[in-house]
Amino acid sequence: MPEDVTRTVTDRHATDVERVFREVYGQAVATLVHLLGDITLAEDAVQEAFVLATDRWPSNGIPPNPAGWIITTARNRAIDDLRRSARGRELTEQLGAVPSTSPAPGAVNLSEDGPVRDDQLRLIFTCCHPALRMEHQVALTLRLLGGLSVDEVARSFLVSETAMAKRLVRAKYKIAAAKIPYRVPAEADLPERLRSVLSVLYLIYNTGVDDPERAPLRSEGIRLARALVELLPDEPEAAGLLALMLLSESRVPARTAEGAVVLLGDQDRTRWDRGMIEEGQAIVRACIRRDLPGPFQLQAAIQAVHCDADSLDATDWPQLVALYDHLFSVMPTPVVALNRAIAVGEIEGPAAALTALDAIAADLDTYHLMHAARGTTLRRLGRRDEARAAFERAAHLAPTEMDRRFLAQQIEGSAEDGATPLRG
Amino acid sequence: MSQYLLAVHTEAGGGSHEQSMTPEEMQSFMGKVVALEAEMKATGAFVFTGRLHDADAATVVRPSDGGLVMTDGPFVESKEHIGGFYIIEADDLDAALVWAGKVVEAIDAPIEVRPFFEMPGA
Repeated sequence: MPEDVTRTVTDRHATDVERVFREVYGQAVATLVHLLGDITLAEDAVQEAFVLATDRWPSNGIPPNPAGWIITTARNRAIDDLRRSARGRELTEQLGAVPSTSPAPGAVNLSEDGPVRDDQLRLIFTCCHPALRMEHQVALTLRLLGGLSVDEVARSFLVSETAMAKRLVRAKYKIAAAKIPYRVPAEADLPERLRSVLSVLYLIYNTGVDDPERAPLRSEGIRLARALVELLPDEPEAAGLLALMLLSESRVPARTAEGAVVLLGDQDRTRWDRGMIEEGQAIVRACIRRDLPGPFQLQAAIQAVHCDADSLDATDWPQLVALYDHLFSVMPTPVVALNRAIAVGEIEGPAAALTALDAIAADLDTYHLMHAARGTTLRRLGRRDEARAAFERAAHLAPTEMDRRFLAQQIEGSAEDGATPLRG
Repeated sequence: MSQYLLAVHTEAGGGSHEQSMTPEEMQSFMGKVVALEAEMKATGAFVFTGRLHDADAATVVRPSDGGLVMTDGPFVESKEHIGGFYIIEADDLDAALVWAGKVVEAIDAPIEVRPFFEMPGA
């Protein structure tokens, strides 16, 4: 069928062009923001260049340096547009002597190590500026650095495209009006500002966990974290975040069965991704050698210990408790205490775990995993009615369908237990 | 350079902590404020400052059928009202936030940082 063949070739071409756009968008916008000092102008210019590329690339082929082509074209377009306005003439003068005729697209040498990467680093700190609310930080990062379309960003927040477009406009308005700078923060402010960037990337990754609709956010989070590590190779927490994501991601193939979450102890560990585990563990080892521990490195180390074990029983629980103690000393949150309590339970038994869980239960009363952990512990103690109540409460609070399916299985299971404890 | 408003918010009803200060505390508080304003002036950041009476002293005037209507009290019934402000010059928000931090430290009250609209060509 010649028609089908043609369509396939065109589709593949369209997909290639789309893929290139996605990869190039962040670099192009970052460079143009640096050049023009305005995100909206930069986005418009890049959009114009994409329109031109959509027109030309399918017949002429994708140029050898697509990023260079897009950036040069966008830059020339922006300058042409600016020349037509009075404000623009002022700006173009500031930009220096720019030739009015377009140089051959792709002629500008944009090496990966050069200014383009510095521009992306500046822009990520702008997007994740603490003067912007967290949901705006995440939306801007996904749109401007991840190159997701407004509609894709909207879907990852479960809001309409119109609502997301408004949100992005508001965030960009604040950046422009309040003059949030495009700048890598000074050394003194870097640790705090970097924490904000890392939290945004981790939130992006976690939003894609256990929700098939939003699964692409996980690879986007990993891609952005990887880019950040390349940009800031001396920041161990950035490396720690990448390792944490890789080690979590390695278990994804075994994390679900028939649309329900599978607990760590019940996972088929042969399905874990060895490549990701090795990469994540190598980063954790490098972090340990550097000896500047922080919350993300410690969480990665915890995941590395889990990934080391062939089974739940073979897990080095004392090592995990020690790591949770260390983590709690730098990040004293009830969620860390919850995970520590679970680890303690694996050493000292369910009665000890329950005591530890009950001590923090009030702080985490609306957190589904708190009730799921209590349910599992109560089930091990043979207290099936209480276990069932805890699982029901967890199911009521659970954020995703996968969690609810898992919890439904547990509710059913605790009814079938009889009076026999599941484990000793 | 841009201008920013650093609006100091205080609790309505004269609940300002100044009134519960001992003379020594008051002196230390004033010392901090004077030192901060001296620093603003020395670095060229200072534009203007003002302190306002309590929101009970406010009157709202609004247009109504070609005339005016006045109401006693502030715009919004709220626990916190603007009690005073600084106007400063700063390169960008990060620089303005550094001053904001110093003001909060000196007066121990929350402030709102708002950029001034810049007139094109001004």
